[in-house]
Amino acid sequence: MSSFLTSAFMHNIFGGLAQGVIYSLVALSLVIIWQSTHVLNFAQGAMAMLATYIGMTQIDRGIGYWWCLVISVVVGMVFGGVTERVLIRPLYGKPEINPIVVMVGFLGVIEAVATAIWTSTTRNIAAPFSQVFFQSHGNLVYLSPFIIFQVILAVVIMLLVAALFRFTKLGLQLRASALAPEVARLLGVRVNRMLTIGWILSAGVGAIAAVILASGSFGLFPTDMDGVFVAGFIAAAVGGLESPIGAIAGGLLIGLAEQFILAYWSPNVAPLGGIIILVVALMIRPQGIFTRTVGRRV
Amino acid sequence: MIRVDNLSVSYGAVKALRNVSLQASPGLITAVLGANGAGKTTLLRAISGLVTPQSGNILLGEKSLLRMPTENICRLGLAHVPEGRGVIAELTVEDNLRLGALASKVNLAEGLETQYAQFPALADRRKKYCATLSGGERQMLAMARALIAQPKVLLLDEPSLGLAPLVTSELMKLILQLCESENLTVILVEQNAKSALRIAHNAVVLHLGAVVASGDAKTVADDEDLRRYYLGLVE
Repeated sequence: MSSFLTSAFMHNIFGGLAQGVIYSLVALSLVIIWQSTHVLNFAQGAMAMLATYIGMTQIDRGIGYWWCLVISVVVGMVFGGVTERVLIRPLYGKPEINPIVVMVGFLGVIEAVATAIWTSTTRNIAAPFSQVFFQSHGNLVYLSPFIIFQVILAVVIMLLVAALFRFTKLGLQLRASALAPEVARLLGVRVNRMLTIGWILSAGVGAIAAVILASGSFGLFPTDMDGVFVAGFIAAAVGGLESPIGAIAGGLLIGLAEQFILAYWSPNVAPLGGIIILVVALMIRPQGIFTRTVGRRV
Repeated sequence: MIRVDNLSVSYGAVKALRNVSLQASPGLITAVLGANGAGKTTLLRAISGLVTPQSGNILLGEKSLLRMPTENICRLGLAHVPEGRGVIAELTVEDNLRLGALASKVNLAEGLETQYAQFPALADRRKKYCATLSGGERQMLAMARALIAQPKVLLLDEPSLGLAPLVTSELMKLILQLCESENLTVILVEQNAKSALRIAHNAVVLHLGAVVASGDAKTVADDEDLRRYYLGLVE
């Protein structure tokens, strides 16, 4: 058993899952926005990065890690809500390409601003968990307290989001607004408010992903979320963009694929893992692996 | 009571409603009849605030509904069952009903109880996704979802659409019964003039966006010209 835990195979499983949960969170945040407003937010990663900078650099002022995490998430959520109100709201009803172009531009602006303020040097954020791997009978198990923390945090966030959508009045209104905005309005749901709340939630989930990424060995720098965003986007697309569970599964799948390619082929081609999965998924089930087809009758 | 005064609505260059006036009172069914494109649906959408009128006024009691957001109109006790029923197929029966009760102050558990007693077929399917319901069941659900909020005014857009004749006649009986027992103000938009006139107290006939006749349902039903030219009721 112990030799199994320390095997190269399990090393790749642990490493893949640890990276995968970050992708899953980003994918989940994209799905929340897609479901509520049918906008693909290309600036999702950059927005989360900025929130992380604002929150986590408070460590310099002697504020504890956990408070900085809370600040990052709150800043991210406010940022998300304001972005929807100011940049996205005027674009509803316009061609679908408009919000995409705006958000790609916004991505560039945010990264430039972050570079101007904090420079492009990588900062390391010290998490209150050791990054030293556990040992078993003198052999390394490729799990550290930090990896366990990141997986648990991600899973807790996913469960919270799932519970919100499934069991609360707010979640019901969010779903109704996304599925049938006009009917929702006829039933008294304040659909515009729901769209803003969707963006706020999504940005909060994205900020968690960015904080986890920055707290690990990857570090924090203005373009740190670019690669993660691409992987998260692919994960969301593979899951069908509509399905939170699909997004999470897609993220884990890509994390594992990258890790195995990295281990058995070459680190240089690891990002190909996601692309290969995307191509295969689109060939087999273009509507997304987890999309449920629902009969709609008029 | 709901009153529509000289209402005009345009979609760009197309005039959908021209100076339409009508009045609907509690405990009575007002049928709005006419062919495709007569402006029936537009009339209901204007009352609910989904389209903005060019001119005219809409009064619910003493209150003007003009420029009021749809979400707030709903809170004044107006329920609108849209064309195609508006049942959200991806949600369960119970979630649809919960949604209907959200904006009102009614107790959810009691509301569900009442509606399930009224529509037993829904009670059996409460956890089922609405995509699995038949047309008749969807119509029942749409009605239950509107009624759970205990509205004062009920707008029904083509409830008979796609239903078998037997189901339609049962539905019409139910509408009449609800209207009387709950003292509802019902505006019933129908292409199926025959079924609607059977239960309506008053009727308004629209043609190309304008009112061509209005009065009590019996008079409209007996008018040979109206039957022939606007209602398609001459065999």
